[in-house]
Amino acid sequence: MELPIYLDNNATTPLDPRVLEAMLPYFTSKFGNAASRNHAFGWVAEEAVDYAREQVGKLIGCTEKEIIFTSGATEADNLGIKGVFEMYKDKGNHIITATTEHKAVLDTCKHLEKAGAKVTYLQVKSDGLIDLQELEAAMTEQTILVTIMYGNNEIGVVQPIKEIAAIAHKHGALFMTDATQAVGKIPVDVNADGIDLMAFSAHKMYGPKGVGVLYVRRKNPRVKVTAQMDGGGHERGMRSGTLNVPGIVGLGKACELCRLEMDEEAKRLSRLRDKLESALTKMEESYVNGNTQHRLPHVANISFKYVEGEGLMMAMKDLAVSSGSACTSASLEPSYVLKNLGLSDDLAHSSIRFGLGRFTTEEEIDYAIENTKKAVNHLRDLSPLWEMFKEGIDLSKIEWAEH
Amino acid sequence: MAYSEKVMEHYTNPRNVGTLNKDSKSVGTGLVGAPECGDVMRLQIEVDENNIITDAKFKTFGCGSAIASSSLATEWLKGKTVDEALTIDNMDIVEELALPPVKIHCSVLAEDAIKSAINDYRVKNGMEPIELAKSHH
Repeated sequence: MELPIYLDNNATTPLDPRVLEAMLPYFTSKFGNAASRNHAFGWVAEEAVDYAREQVGKLIGCTEKEIIFTSGATEADNLGIKGVFEMYKDKGNHIITATTEHKAVLDTCKHLEKAGAKVTYLQVKSDGLIDLQELEAAMTEQTILVTIMYGNNEIGVVQPIKEIAAIAHKHGALFMTDATQAVGKIPVDVNADGIDLMAFSAHKMYGPKGVGVLYVRRKNPRVKVTAQMDGGGHERGMRSGTLNVPGIVGLGKACELCRLEMDEEAKRLSRLRDKLESALTKMEESYVNGNTQHRLPHVANISFKYVEGEGLMMAMKDLAVSSGSACTSASLEPSYVLKNLGLSDDLAHSSIRFGLGRFTTEEEIDYAIENTKKAVNHLRDLSPLWEMFKEGIDLSKIEWAEH
Repeated sequence: MAYSEKVMEHYTNPRNVGTLNKDSKSVGTGLVGAPECGDVMRLQIEVDENNIITDAKFKTFGCGSAIASSSLATEWLKGKTVDEALTIDNMDIVEELALPPVKIHCSVLAEDAIKSAINDYRVKNGMEPIELAKSHH
């Protein structure tokens, strides 16, 4: 077992060696531009891109023509939301999203508010899921788009996508989802789920960084987005720019591997995740954040009360994890996702996200359990709050000095 | 963000972790920060009849830089007179630990903790509290 152990697979995943192997020729001998229609170099590249479209389509249940390659999920989110807003602005200007979305969605919505959009940010329940009745109540005749993420990047909860899509469609709005954390990890089928637009990226599923997809439905209904970049009119006019052929080949291969291995892999990961989680929540005053029924198989977000996340991560120096503590950021604000679950700031500061992945082994999880326990105990020995808790002092009754 | 060697050293081997009897007249206790800000420091000093700090202890809830700042503060306090202790400035801590700008608040908190512990000691022993000039966050 090599140290440090990588348990931050929601941030990014390592490239699968099989994906790398598929990509390599497209950096060297097969370097052609997929838009070069008049020679063999172009044809080879175009063929590779078409094959990747098939691989992606098989994973999410769509046709090749519904796939727009982008530079990643952030671009896909921007293109989907801004593109729909501009394309359908005669129909209405109202967009519905949720407070726990990724910044690529939230900040895009904020940007559109300056351009005249009305945006409803749905609050989530304490388990991280949105309230379907609140969604229903928020729908208006002006609503053109509902955009709710599939699986959350911090806590892993999976939203009731089919039900959300049905509500959007009942009111004549389109449904978009940022499925970056879900595609390749759990079954996602754009038709079964009722998805009209979907953003995701390769590097969260063992593919390369710098390539992603915006799925845009072509039938029932035919959805169009206004291009956000001017240029050569690639990707059926919706996304100009020379295609990243090696990246797209890698994305295709990554999708194929996920499709073939997902069932077993999800079982394996959820077993390891449950092992980690149950061992760590046996410690006093530790809590799982988010719904534990409806969630991705590979994420555990746990708050260890009375220790601060960044300090804790320093003690877990053999583990690469992330924390909802924002001690590293200038704002000193803890995770907005955790705060939106109604978590108090101190619990948000005390959270650690463990993100398991394809290359995580049981031995690593066993090590992570021991390492984390030791770190939490060490930090609690240093913590005045832990001492006060142990003495039975109610911390909420203390007047904390000047902040 | 990488931590400086000195922060790592204090974090890994924190000096003077512990608790003094807060009810003793010779002990001053400073509790500063707030859980919702992600930083709470408790710093205690024990002062002898010659106004010399004979012992100092801390416990800190916070990031590595906060723990290192308070550990360093206790190290500096021991053997100083109370008046000398008042001259410890947060920028001394910043310099010693090579704290980056986003971590300066940790050193400010440590300075506040020192002053707050001294004030607790002064008030317990019938002296006026000194004015805390700096505000933070």
